[in-house]
Amino acid sequence: FLVGLGQGWGCVRGLLIDYTGTEPSSPCNKCLNVSWDSTPPCTCTINFTLEHAFESNVFMYYGLSNFYQNHRRYVKSRDDSQLNGDNSSLLNPSKECEPYRTNEDKPIAPCGAIANSMFNDTLELYRIDNDTRTPITLIKKGIAWWTDKNVKFRNPTGDGNNLTALFQGTTKPVNWPKPVYMLDSEPDNNGFINEDFIVWMRTAALPTFRKLYRLIERKNNFQPTLQAGKYSLDIAYNYPVHSFDGRKRMILSTISWMGGKNPFLGIAYITVGSICFFLGVVLLFIHHKYGNRNTSADIPN
Amino acid sequence: MSQGTAGGEGAPQVLPEGKERQRKRRRRKKKESKTRLVRSSLLLPEAEPEKSKGTVLACNRLKTTKYTALSFLPKNLFEQFHRLANVYFVFIALLNFVPAVNAFQPELALAPVLFILAVTAIKDLWEDYSRYRSDKEINHMECLVYSRTEKKYISRYWKEVKVGDFVQLRCNEIIPADILLLSSSDPDGLCHIETANLDGETNLKQRQVVRRFLELDSEFDPLKFTSVIECEKPNNDLSRFRGYIIHRSGKKDGLFKENLLLRGCTIRNTEEVAGIVIYAGHETKALLNNNGPRYKRSKLERQMNADVLWCVLILLIMCLFSAIGHGLWVWQYGEKKKPIFDVPGPNGKYLSPVLASVYLFLTMIIVFQVLIPISLYVSIEIVKICQVYFIHQDKDLYDEETDSQLQCRALNITEDLGQVQFIFSDKTGTLTENKMVFRRCTVSGIEYSHDDNAKRLAMYQEPDSEEEEAAPKGGTLSQRDSICSHQSIKVVHRSQSTKTHRRTGSRAEAKRASILSKHTAFSSPMEKDITPDPRLLEKVNECAKHLEVMRSHEQPLSHLSPELCDVFDFFIALTICNTVVVTAPNQPRQKVRDRFELKSPVKTIEDFIRRFTPSRLTSGSNSSSSSSLATSKSMHRFGLSTLSSTSTDSTLLKLEEKLAYSAQMNNNGYSSQQGRTALGGAPEEGELRYEAESPDEAALVYAARAYNCSLVGRLSDQVSVELPHLGTLNFEVLHTLGFDSVRKRMSVVVRHPLTDEINVYTKGADSVVMDLLLPCSSDDPRGKHQKKIRSKTQNYLNLYAVDGLRTLCIAKRVLSKEEYGCWLKTHLEAESSIENREELLFQSALRLERNLHLLGATGIEDRLQDGVPETIASLRKAGLQIWVLTGDKQETAVNIAYACKLLDHDEEIITLNAESPETCAVLLEQCLQCVESKFSNNTIDGATGSMTVGFTPLYPPSSPVLSSLGLVIDGRTLAYALEPTLEDKFLALAKRCRSVLCCRSTPLQKSMVVKLVRDKLKAMTLAIGDGANDVSMIQVADVGVGISGQEGMQAVMASDFAIPRFRHLEKLLLVHGHWCYSRLANMVLYFFYKNAMFVALLFWYQFYCGFSGSSMIDQWYLIFFNLFFSSLPQLVTGVLDKDVPAEVLIAVPQLYKSGQNMEEYQPHMFWMNMIDAMYQSLVCFFIPYFTYYDSEVDIFSWGTPITTIALFTIILHLAIETKTWTFLHWSSCIFSIILFFFVALVYNASCPVCHPPSNPYWTMERLMGDPMFYFTCIISPVVALLPRFLYRTLQGTLFPTQLQLGRQLSKLSPETRAQLLTELNVKETMCQTRLFADSFSPSLGSNASDCYKADNQSTPLPASPQTREALLREDTEADHKTDQTAAASPQGAVLYEENKLPSSAAALERSMGFREVQCGTAEVESLPVGTTFPWSSAVDQADFSLLKWITSTPLFSHIGTVLQVSSSSLQNEAQDSMCVLGSALHVDFKGLKEESSNNLQDKMKGTPTDHCKNDNSETTFL
Repeated sequence: FLVGLGQGWGCVRGLLIDYTGTEPSSPCNKCLNVSWDSTPPCTCTINFTLEHAFESNVFMYYGLSNFYQNHRRYVKSRDDSQLNGDNSSLLNPSKECEPYRTNEDKPIAPCGAIANSMFNDTLELYRIDNDTRTPITLIKKGIAWWTDKNVKFRNPTGDGNNLTALFQGTTKPVNWPKPVYMLDSEPDNNGFINEDFIVWMRTAALPTFRKLYRLIERKNNFQPTLQAGKYSLDIAYNYPVHSFDGRKRMILSTISWMGGKNPFLGIAYITVGSICFFLGVVLLFIHHKYGNRNTSADIPN
Repeated sequence: MSQGTAGGEGAPQVLPEGKERQRKRRRRKKKESKTRLVRSSLLLPEAEPEKSKGTVLACNRLKTTKYTALSFLPKNLFEQFHRLANVYFVFIALLNFVPAVNAFQPELALAPVLFILAVTAIKDLWEDYSRYRSDKEINHMECLVYSRTEKKYISRYWKEVKVGDFVQLRCNEIIPADILLLSSSDPDGLCHIETANLDGETNLKQRQVVRRFLELDSEFDPLKFTSVIECEKPNNDLSRFRGYIIHRSGKKDGLFKENLLLRGCTIRNTEEVAGIVIYAGHETKALLNNNGPRYKRSKLERQMNADVLWCVLILLIMCLFSAIGHGLWVWQYGEKKKPIFDVPGPNGKYLSPVLASVYLFLTMIIVFQVLIPISLYVSIEIVKICQVYFIHQDKDLYDEETDSQLQCRALNITEDLGQVQFIFSDKTGTLTENKMVFRRCTVSGIEYSHDDNAKRLAMYQEPDSEEEEAAPKGGTLSQRDSICSHQSIKVVHRSQSTKTHRRTGSRAEAKRASILSKHTAFSSPMEKDITPDPRLLEKVNECAKHLEVMRSHEQPLSHLSPELCDVFDFFIALTICNTVVVTAPNQPRQKVRDRFELKSPVKTIEDFIRRFTPSRLTSGSNSSSSSSLATSKSMHRFGLSTLSSTSTDSTLLKLEEKLAYSAQMNNNGYSSQQGRTALGGAPEEGELRYEAESPDEAALVYAARAYNCSLVGRLSDQVSVELPHLGTLNFEVLHTLGFDSVRKRMSVVVRHPLTDEINVYTKGADSVVMDLLLPCSSDDPRGKHQKKIRSKTQNYLNLYAVDGLRTLCIAKRVLSKEEYGCWLKTHLEAESSIENREELLFQSALRLERNLHLLGATGIEDRLQDGVPETIASLRKAGLQIWVLTGDKQETAVNIAYACKLLDHDEEIITLNAESPETCAVLLEQCLQCVESKFSNNTIDGATGSMTVGFTPLYPPSSPVLSSLGLVIDGRTLAYALEPTLEDKFLALAKRCRSVLCCRSTPLQKSMVVKLVRDKLKAMTLAIGDGANDVSMIQVADVGVGISGQEGMQAVMASDFAIPRFRHLEKLLLVHGHWCYSRLANMVLYFFYKNAMFVALLFWYQFYCGFSGSSMIDQWYLIFFNLFFSSLPQLVTGVLDKDVPAEVLIAVPQLYKSGQNMEEYQPHMFWMNMIDAMYQSLVCFFIPYFTYYDSEVDIFSWGTPITTIALFTIILHLAIETKTWTFLHWSSCIFSIILFFFVALVYNASCPVCHPPSNPYWTMERLMGDPMFYFTCIISPVVALLPRFLYRTLQGTLFPTQLQLGRQLSKLSPETRAQLLTELNVKETMCQTRLFADSFSPSLGSNASDCYKADNQSTPLPASPQTREALLREDTEADHKTDQTAAASPQGAVLYEENKLPSSAAALERSMGFREVQCGTAEVESLPVGTTFPWSSAVDQADFSLLKWITSTPLFSHIGTVLQVSSSSLQNEAQDSMCVLGSALHVDFKGLKEESSNNLQDKMKGTPTDHCKNDNSETTFL
C-alpha cells in the first residue's frame, strides 16, 4: 500500500517557474511595478527546458504566494446570488460587496473584492523546436468545478443571449480592464461562467496557493503531451504583486490518481507506519513481560 | 390553569398567581389588619361587607406551578438569564449583529444559544407540567363539605373548599385545609391526628373541639353557626395558633393550636369530625412551611467553574494575541501600498492598525466562543438527571421491608457522593433500627436472661423479611400463627389505611407518607412479642396467686416475701410508670380511654382529701375534677370506665383482650380465667396498641404485658392494669412527674388499690437512680441483703451496658399519707407559683424522688440495623472518617459504637469529659500533645516504612489519620470545644482519630460540628440522620442524607438523598457516588479538551490568514459541532460509563479514595488536557496544511477535511477514555459520524447561492470522491491520538492505578477474583495491624522494618534459617525496646486509666493482663522454633502493667505480620520448598496473633464498664 502510495506521487511530474521578476536578471523584472490599468500590458518571455517528457495530460497552474485570499473580509466580499444570475442582485448587489459594490452609482458586476482582484496575467506556452516557436494548445475549458460552472455561476437571464445587453446598467470592477461580458469570445465561457473567473472566485485556503489555468491534453498515444526540450513562456504581466511581496509562478504538472505532486502525505504515512509498527512491537513486549504481573498482582494499598 | 369556580357564597377569593402575587397580597393585607375574620360561608348576607372590605382569602386550590401559559416565556427567560453563561453567550450572539466585528451570519450565531435556552425551557416546562399534574390530582381529591342548599354534607373537590366552609372528615382521611375543630364523634370532643406528614412525629396528637361546642347537647349543625372567628394571619408556625371565637351572644372563647386541624395530617382513631375552614390552600401552615428544594453546588462544579474561568483567560489571551497579530499584519503593509486582498471598510477607507486590532479582538471572541463550552451546563444537567434516574433504578437500594427506595431530592450533587471524606451519622434510627426491644431484666438482684427471647430475636433476622414481603400483598399470615396472629389484623388495617391515605404534597411524598403511616402507627412484632423468661413468669404467677389469696382473705400484703413483692412492684412500675396511650387498632369506635394529661391531676388539697376516701372502687364518683367544665357527658364517660361499670363496650373489649393473651400464653402454663372463656368470638380483634412518646416506654409496657401484667387503659387520673388472677386493678394516678433530661428519670405517684398505700414509681437512668436509693445500714440483715442486691444489680447493669443495651433502673418508694400530704402541699405551692415555677417544680420532684427502694433494672436493646458494622467497616476501608453525633448518653453511645465496629476493642480511646472550658482546654492540649508525639513518631516511622519494598501502608505516610485512636466527647465538653478558641485544637485532635463519637449533643451542636469540619478542614462532608434533630446537620453538610425510617419525614424533607437503610449508604457512596464522580469528572475534562482542541484549530489558522479572524471551518460546522456532532457520545459516556464494575467497587472499597483525592479531576489534569488538545489540534491542522500546501484547494474544501479529522479525533479520544463499551456507546459514536456526513452532504447540496460567505456548494460531495480526503482523515487522528494512547497503554500496563487494577479484577473469573479479594483483605488487616503496631511503639516498628529489609535482602534459599535467626534476634531487640517504651511512657502519657481507676480494679486489670501475657507466652513457646523466648523475663517483672501488655500485644501481631510478609516474599521470589516452612511459620504466628487479639478484646470488653463507673475520670486512655 505504502509503495503504491509512493508510486502515486512518484510518477507525478512537475515544473515550476517563478516569474515575479524580483531578481534583476529575470526577464520580467521590468514589469515588476506594473499597475492594474497599465496599457499596453507589459510582456515578458521566460525560456525553460523540460528534462523529461510529460506523458499524460498536463495541468498548467498559476501560483501566488503571500496572497491572503483567505482574509475574512476578502472572503466575504462577493454576492453569490449575483453570480448565480439573479437579475435583482445584478443591479442591486449585496452589501457584503462594499466598497466594491457600486462605481459611479452603477452596480459593479461582478461585485466585491474577490472579483475586483481577479488574476489577469495571460500565459502562453511555446515549444521551441529548432528556433521555431510552436504554440501549445492550452484548453481553457474544464478547469473549473462542474457544479460551479453549471449550477453556482450563471449569467443573468433575459431576452436573447446578448451578454452585453444583459449586463446593461452595470459597470466593470474597478481593476478590470474589460467588463465581465468581454472576458472571452466564446459565449459559453463568457460573463459569470468564464472559467478563469470561476476558478478565481474559489478563494484559496492558504496564502500560498495555485490555481488551475489551462489544460494541455495528450493528443495521441504515440507522443507525450510535452516532449522533453526547450519551451518558452510568454507572459502578459498585468497583475501587481510586488507591493505586498507576493510571488507569481507558473506550474506545469501531471496528475496521478492521488492528485498533484505533494510528497508530504506519502512521507507521513511511511513515517507513521513505521512508528506504529515499532511501538506495536514494544508494547507487545511490555505487555508480555508486565501484563501478566498485573493480572495476578492485587491492588497495593 | 388558574381560575376556578368563584363561588361567591362566603368569603371572597382570589387565586394566587404564583408567589409574587401572593406575597404582594400578603403585604397589602398586613397593612390592613393583623387578624383574619372568618365567618361561616353559609351566612350569605353577612358576608357581603367583608367583600367590600377587600380582604381576599386564598381558596384551597393548590398551585405549585411556576408558570402559566402566558407567563412561561418571559419568566423562564428571565430566570435563565440569571445564569452568567447564558448572558455571555447571548452577548456574543448580539455582538455578531455589529457589522464591524461580526464573524458569522448573525442569525446563525443565535442558534446555539437559542437551542440551549430552548432545552432548558423545555426541561422547566416539563417539570412544571408534572407539578401541575400533581396539583391537579390533589385539587381533585374529595372531601365532604356542607352545602347550604342541600342541607347536608356533600362531596366536593379539595379545590372548591373555601375559607368559612364546613368540612366533615372521617377516620383516616387527610385534612384538606386548616380547620377549626367544632365537633367530634368522640365523646370527649377529642380528635386524634397523625402529623407525620407535617413534622415527622409519629405519635398521635390530640385535638380538642372548641370548648363551647363541646357543651352542645345536640348534633353540631353548621347552619346554626353564627359566630365569628378572629384569628391571626396565615403564618408558618406549626406550633402556634391564636385567635378567638365571638359568639352571637357576644361571648368570646379563646382558640389554641389544640383546636386546629392542620392540612396534610391524617385523622386517626376518631370516627367523624367537623370543622370550619380557617386557612385554605397556600395559606395553610403546611404549605407555608413547604420550601422548595435548595440549590447546592457540587465540589466538582466549583472546580469546573474555576477551570471555566481559566478557559476565559485562555480565550482572552488568544484573542489578544490575534488582535496584536492582526495589528502588526495591517501595519506591515503601511499606509501606501495596501494589498489588493485587504478590503477597506464600506466607506472605502482602510482601518488604522490599532482600530483594526480592536475590532478584531471582538471578532475573535466570537470566533473562539466555542472555547467556553456553551453546552457544558446543559450537558451536565442532562447527565445528572440520567444518573439520578439510574440510581433510582438500582434494585439494591430498594428496601422491601419499608417498600421504599432511594430518593434523590437534589439533582445537582450526585458527584459529591463520590468525594465524601467525612460522614456524620446520627445513631438512633440511623445506625440502629430505633426499635426498642426488651432484652433482659434483673429484679431484686436476680438476673433473668430471657434466653428464649434472645433466640426469638435471632429468629427475626430470618423470617422478618419473608413476612414483610408477604405482608404488603395483603395475605393473611399463617407461618407462626400464635405469635404473629395480630399481624393479620395489621395487614388488613394497613391496606385500609394506605388506601385512604393521601397527601397534600407531591405524589412521591404521598407514597412515602403512606409507607410511613403503616410503620409508625404500629409497632413491629419484634417489639411487641416478648417471650417471657419462665423463671420470672413463674414468680409473677406465684405472686399473683398469693395476692389473690391475700385479697380474698383480707390479709395485708406485707406477708408476701420481699422478693415476690419486688417482682410484683417491678411489673406494676413497668406498666404504669410511663405516658403510654392505649388504643385499639381496628375501629376508632372501640377506642379505649386514652386521654392523659401531663399535669398532675390532683389539683387541690380538697381534691386530695376527697380522693382518699376509703372506697376503692368508686373512683367514678369523684373523678370529676375541680374544673367547672365537667359536663354530663364526661360524667357519663367516667362512669363507664370504672371496673364496676357494666358497659358492654369496654368489658367486651377487655374480655377479648384476655382471650388473646390466653391463647398466646397457654404454653407458658397460664390458664385463662374461669367464666370468661365463654365469651368467645374472634380473640385477636381486641388487640391493644400502645402509643408511646418514646419507643423504650412502649417496649417496657409490652414486656410487662408478656408477663400478663398489661396496661389496658389510661385516664388522666387512673391507670387500669390487668393482672393474672387478680383481674383489673385501677391505680389512681396522683401525679406524673414527666421525664426530663436533667433529672433523667420520671415518676408516677399512685395509690395502690390493694394496699391503699401511696407509691412512687420511678424509672430512670441507672447513674441517677442508684444515687437516690435509700441508704441502708449494713448492720441488720435486711440492709445487708439490700446492699447485696444493689451491687448485683449494678454488676448486671454494667453487663447490660457492655452488651450495648439501654439500661433503666426501676425503683419504688412508699409514702405514708402524712409524707405525701406534706409533699403535696409544697408541690401545689410550686405549681401555683408564678415566678420560677419550673425551678420549684424541679425541686419538688427532687424531694419526692429520694430514699428509693430498688426494684430492678431492665435492658432494652436498640437493635442495630442490618449490615451496619459491615457498612461501617467498608466505608472506613474506603477512607471515610465516620463521626457519630448522638443525643444519647455516653455509655450507650460507646456501646453501640463498639457493636457497630465503629470503635475497635484494640483501639485507644480518648474520652473528653470536662466540667469547664478551662479543663476542656487543658485536656485538649494534653491529648493533642500526646497524640502529636505519637503521631510524629509515626510519620518518621512511616518514612522508613515506605522504603520497604512492595509493602505500601494502608494509609499513605502523610495521612493524618491514626488508625488506632477513637475520640469520645460528651455534649458539654463539645460545647466548650466548639468555642472559637478551642475549635482548632479540637479539630486537630479529632482529625487524627479514626472515629469520633459525640454524645449528648444537641441538634445545634451537631450542625456546628459538621460546619466546623466542612469549613476548617475543607473536607467534603456527609450527614446522615433520620430524625428532626438531625435536620440542621443534614442541611449544613455538603451532602445530606435522610433515612426514611421510624422518625418520620423531616430529615428526608431536608435531605439531598433519602435512603431506606443505613446499609444502603455503602452502595450509594461506593458505587453510585464513585461512578457519578468519575463519569462527570471525565466528562467535564473531555468537554474542556474537546472545545480547546476545536478552537485551537481556528487559532492556528489565524497565522495563515493574516489574523483576520477568518475560519476555514464552515460556520455551520463551527456552531453545531458541539451541539450535535460531538455531544451524543460524551453524553452516553457520561451517563453509562462504568470505570469499575459495581461488584469490584463494593468488594474493594479502597477504590473510593480516587474520588476523595480527586484523582479523576485534578487541577493539573485540566492543563494536561489542554496541552493534549493543543497537540492534537496541531496535528489535525498541520497534516492537512502540509498535504494541501501550495495546491488549488479552496478554504472550505480544506476546512471540511479538518472538521472531519477533528470529529474523528474527538470521538476516538473519547473511545480511548471510555472504559466500558455498550451497544449505546458504539451506536452513539457511529451515529455522530454518520450524522456529520449526512448533515454535511445535505447542507452542501442544499443551495447553490445561500450560506454566504462559505457557500460550500458540493464541497463535501467532491471531497468524498477524492482519495486524498480519506488519506488525511485516516492518518491525522492516528498521529493525534498516538501519544495519549501510548500513555494510557504504558501507564495501564506498567504503573496501573488502583482503578485500572479494579477493572482488571472484574475481567477475571469469579473464583480467581474471590481468591484475590481474600488475599487482599488479609493483606489489609496485616497492614492495619502493622500500622497499629507502629503507632504504639514507633521505635519498635522501625526496628522491625529494618529487620524486614534485612529479610528481604537475604537470598531465598538459605533464607529460612537466617530469617528465623533474624527474627529471634529481632524479638530480643524488640523486647528490649518494649521494656524501654514501657519505662518511658508513663511520663509521656497524660493520664492512664489505671491511675484513675480504683486500685482494686487496677489490680484486677493487672492480674488479668499478667495472666494473658503468660498465656501469650505459652503460645509463643509452642512455636516450632524451639528456642526459649525472652518474654518470660519481661513478664516476670513485677511492675509489668496493663500498659505494657497493650504495648506488647501488637508486638505479637507485628512479628506475625513481619513473618507473614517475609514468607510471602519468599513465596513470590523463590517457589521452592522453603515456602512450605514459611507458610507453616505464618500459620503459627497467625494463630498467635489471633489469640492475642482475642485476649485483648476480652479484656477490653471489661474496661468500658469500669470506665462507666468512673464518670468523673476526665481523660481515659484504655
